Amino acid sequence: MVANVFDRLRSLAIAFFLIATLAVPAFAGAFEDAVAKFANDEFSDTEEAIGTVASSGNPLAFPIISALQDGRLSADPDTKKVFITQDDGKVIDAASGAAVDKLPDTAAAVRLNNRLRRTVEAALGGLTLLSPDPVKRIAAAQSVFKTHDESMLPVVDGALQKETNKAAKAAFAEARASILLFKADATDAEKLEAIAAIKARGDQEALALLTGLSGEQSPLIARAAASATSAIQSNLAVWSAVQNAWYGLSLGSVLLLAAIGLAITFGVMGVINMAHGEMVMLGAYTTFVVQEVIRTSYPGLFDYSLLIAVPLAFLVAGAIGVLIERTIIRFLYGRPLETLLATWGISLVLQQAVRTAFGPTNREVGNPSWMSGAFELGQITITYNRLWILCFTLAVFVILLAMLRYTALGLEMRAVTQNRRMAASMGIATSRVDALTFGLGSGIAGIAGVALSQIDNVSPNLGQSYIIDSFMVVVFGGVGNLWGTLVGAFTLGIANKFLEPVAGAVLGKIAILVLIILFIQKRPRGLFALKGRAVEA
Amino acid sequence: MPHALTRTLARGAALFVLVVAALGVLIPLSNLLLPSGSILQVPTYLVALFGKYACYAVLALSIDLIWGYCGILSLGHGAFFALGGYAMGMYLMRQIGSRGVYGNPILPDFMVFLNYPKLPWYWHGFDMFWFAALMVIVVPGLLAFCFGWLAFRSRVTGVYLSIITQAMTYALLLAFFRNDFGFGGNNGLTDFKDILGFNVQADGTRAALFALSCAAIIVAFLICRAVVTSKLGKVLIAVRDAESRTRFLGYRVESYKLFVFTLSACMAGVAGALYVPQVGIINPSEFAPGNSIEAVIWVAVGGRGTLIGAALGAVVVNYAKTYFTSGPLAPYWLFMLGAMFILVTLLLPKGIVGTFNSWWEPWKARRLTANAESAAAEDGVSEPHMAE
Repeated sequence: MVANVFDRLRSLAIAFFLIATLAVPAFAGAFEDAVAKFANDEFSDTEEAIGTVASSGNPLAFPIISALQDGRLSADPDTKKVFITQDDGKVIDAASGAAVDKLPDTAAAVRLNNRLRRTVEAALGGLTLLSPDPVKRIAAAQSVFKTHDESMLPVVDGALQKETNKAAKAAFAEARASILLFKADATDAEKLEAIAAIKARGDQEALALLTGLSGEQSPLIARAAASATSAIQSNLAVWSAVQNAWYGLSLGSVLLLAAIGLAITFGVMGVINMAHGEMVMLGAYTTFVVQEVIRTSYPGLFDYSLLIAVPLAFLVAGAIGVLIERTIIRFLYGRPLETLLATWGISLVLQQAVRTAFGPTNREVGNPSWMSGAFELGQITITYNRLWILCFTLAVFVILLAMLRYTALGLEMRAVTQNRRMAASMGIATSRVDALTFGLGSGIAGIAGVALSQIDNVSPNLGQSYIIDSFMVVVFGGVGNLWGTLVGAFTLGIANKFLEPVAGAVLGKIAILVLIILFIQKRPRGLFALKGRAVEA
Repeated sequence: MPHALTRTLARGAALFVLVVAALGVLIPLSNLLLPSGSILQVPTYLVALFGKYACYAVLALSIDLIWGYCGILSLGHGAFFALGGYAMGMYLMRQIGSRGVYGNPILPDFMVFLNYPKLPWYWHGFDMFWFAALMVIVVPGLLAFCFGWLAFRSRVTGVYLSIITQAMTYALLLAFFRNDFGFGGNNGLTDFKDILGFNVQADGTRAALFALSCAAIIVAFLICRAVVTSKLGKVLIAVRDAESRTRFLGYRVESYKLFVFTLSACMAGVAGALYVPQVGIINPSEFAPGNSIEAVIWVAVGGRGTLIGAALGAVVVNYAKTYFTSGPLAPYWLFMLGAMFILVTLLLPKGIVGTFNSWWEPWKARRLTANAESAAAEDGVSEPHMAE
């Protein structure tokens, strides 16, 4: 019966549009009788009705079965009439599709048990296999692939022949292979072909399917299945490495973003800024404030909130950085340990100030639409926000590098770093450069806060969770070298993510810290150490 | 004049020892002997609080020894303190015996709860006090020795050392938070019953612990003083002021640093061990990097490189903390603490005692100049001026 559903549907579609009034009564009798069986409130009758309705080819079949699944199908035991409550609350008669004012009082939802639910799912799978929407067809084919229900074979075969969409066709072919592999009376040739197709798919589900194959197979098939299993396993191992590498890049970009401002203040100026994490936090809170203003006043601009927040965060954190440099840090140059303590004090004050102003709890910062969602690449899922942050980080890095290399301020910064007194003799206002450098480092931390607000909790403690990691990155990469920071961040990020599956998240982190401590023993000045006299200064 | 100076310093040290000893005797006596309600009677909760301060003072002394006299700014001394505390906590846990909630005579409650089949190997021996007391010193000392050996040998100095010590305590924090690490995870060790057979909650035990903590301050102070006034101490100060020059003069800088770092860690461990029975709990938050930095600020407030100042700073800052965090001003405590960090480093770099000394000593010295000159005229010897 199911076999020619597809043909019937096609003919039905034509018939429905051209000669609707004639075509529907042509198989109205059987369909209506079947629908009426839902009203009997007997599981066996319901099952029979599902089968008949699903294979009827009637355009109401899909709404009826899906309503049944969601408990929206009601039946009146007195009149034997069946109704669908639609998503918008309107009620239609299931047999005719005619609108009904409201449900009769005696109507009750058609009941299901677990066995029936499976039948419903299978029927829906079959019905959606023929859905006009290719996405739904693919999803249906995937579910058939997993369940490898033999009864679906004719439907799948039919769908496969008619299918024009490439992705859907592949999905149908895989579903067919899955069914054939588990079909008791399939020939060995068919099974071998099926194994090849499943092997080509090569993901976790394919592996599950092959390992779920019963032991009673001919040696040929068993061998083929075993070799396909190991091929998939090695394929999956490669993909999991790719996945780890991606996670590592993502973590590395976060670390780089948090550390890059520190690379300026600590690496270039030699100032230990323990309040660096709080600059990141201020950037995140700036994002929050921008989004609040947009939410209340200009809701249409929400997608641009981050673009607005980036320059603002730079200004806020940069201005506070300049203020801190002018009022506190400039009195402490040449006394790094004291600077460390004073900036720790600043971090406490800033944290408490934010806690007082915004409350101690997490504030909600939303993702703009272009940053939400994900896409599939091979066997891995890549979320847009992580991808954007990676791109953003690299952009910030390149801009900063270019700024230090090509602008007048960059030149002055490098001059002051290399030889302060000589730079002063050349007419560079060194104290102004100090303030601006510190402001730049802090401003970049603020920008980092905008990006981190997208993936982390915005709370007064946000900065603290990054400060130790940031210092590790800068120290590991080598002080005074932005490239070192880049390499350091990505090395630590990737190493962390490759250790995590082996050792667990916390132990992985501990292992990284221990490795860095040991690494510093070997190379006390980091990966990319400055050479020459500057290191002793 | 040098005689006069050393005599003044020695007099200050003697005064400090006397005051601490007097407090260590009088406060417990007043708590135990005077009737409760009397104005002079120190309530038990205050005895416990002062005991806590006393432990912090020992920690501060240990930090001052390395930071004030050798220039090693450790931001991970809280780790040694906490390790000592855990060693004591393990002894106290084993003393609970079958009085725990689950009544297991061997396994502490959290192990029963977490389905440990048997006692982990590193918990063996902690049912004996002498072993636990040994571990209180050995474990932090060993960690400091290994860590310092690696760090000083490869000449990791200054802020780099500070940062990796911070990373060390952070790594330990993460490790001790884990349940399968075998130290009670997040909750740490608590619910102690008795120590050496005495109830830890009892007034007498608390008073005794306070007296012991005061004794620990005195011992730690005398050890530190002995170290810094010895020839070794002079080398330490030289390392602090000009490390490379000291090395070029032929001193093995790393050995000196390693010795003093390890000694300091052992002292911090003892402080932690005395701390745990008085507060009744040890958990991983003691490893938090913030705690270690806070301990550094005690030393800075009191006066770096003065020993007495370190102990004083620990008490003053912690008293302020107790005062502010228990009142309506609680939300402002972190502002206060932050401001303290900033203002002390900017305006009071020598701390309370250091600033006091720099006012007091010139005055004292001027007053003594006449005597010194007449003395020099008498025996005709003019000694070179000795720097403080």
